[in-house]
Amino acid sequence: MRLVAALLLGALALAAPAGASEQRPTLAELETELYCPTCASPLDQSDAPIAQRMKAYVSDLIAEGRTKGEIKEEMVAQFGERVLAAPPRRGFNLLAWVLPFAGLLVGGGAVGFAAWRWSRGREDAPAAGGADPALNGRSRLDPELDRRLDEALARYDD
Amino acid sequence: MFARLRLAAQVSAVGVVSALLGLLVWSVATEGRSKVPQRLEGRTLAAPDFELARIDRPGELSLASLRGKVVVVNFWASWCKPCKEEAPFLERTWQRYRSQGLVVLGVDYNDVDRDARGFARRYGMTYPLVRDRRGTVLVNDYGGTGVPETFFVDRKGKLVGDRIRGPVDDGEFRKRFDRYLRLALRS
Repeated sequence: MRLVAALLLGALALAAPAGASEQRPTLAELETELYCPTCASPLDQSDAPIAQRMKAYVSDLIAEGRTKGEIKEEMVAQFGERVLAAPPRRGFNLLAWVLPFAGLLVGGGAVGFAAWRWSRGREDAPAAGGADPALNGRSRLDPELDRRLDEALARYDD
Repeated sequence: MFARLRLAAQVSAVGVVSALLGLLVWSVATEGRSKVPQRLEGRTLAAPDFELARIDRPGELSLASLRGKVVVVNFWASWCKPCKEEAPFLERTWQRYRSQGLVVLGVDYNDVDRDARGFARRYGMTYPLVRDRRGTVLVNDYGGTGVPETFFVDRKGKLVGDRIRGPVDDGEFRKRFDRYLRLALRS
């Protein structure tokens, strides 16, 4: 019960700043999430004339009270999706979000499967070779030879 | 069972790697290749058509719709300093030659709508203005590297002269502008 409460509190603590950031974004955080279209770097790392104009425009949108989502939408309307530092999570762009995790899952699964096969192979190796622990590592005799050996031993015992 | 699974996994892996390699080769082969070469050097080449949203009024305008006219296609942006210098010159050129069938078409590149409109008002640009919102017309189609950059299209829709990278009212650029404009007007 305490664990659940702690987790809930943690989630709330994380959600509160995220909500505040969405409603009242700062220029500094938006500068890292928007790209300069001519210099292919985030706005905070560019002093190109177009980047300076974009920063000024974002500042004006913040002053107008726009949310982060609205500001990003406006920048996409002005310059296209290439201004977003991270691709939107829809359509073909969804692949950029899904593929790394899918790759990890498939890779992890392949490694796990290979490890399972390897360990199982080691356990099954004696049985697969047909060896009997009683034979002490020697191969089983031909049944005919085995029968003749038993007869000879019986005669010897007599 | 396992042998089949292993074979399927191997085939899938080879397929994925081949597809990724193909994508890489295609990307490298096509990157930076535009429809217009960097130097025209007298070649006659159809000007790549485009249809873009207008800034100066509602609606769209295509280059093809101006067939039969001489078109000076000027790529510009409100944040570009040399564009401020050449804008009044382009306006005067349009006013002077429009009766001879000349159109100056301003293509705004990588800009904010309100900045572009403000710029047009400030510098008295009355010729048609459109927006290359994604920058693909300048970069991908015309092989442009920045603004200002100007092209000349004759009445048949062919590029004439060569591209001018820089303010067309300035020094050597001005001489080339006059030469290419005459070539286009004679077509």
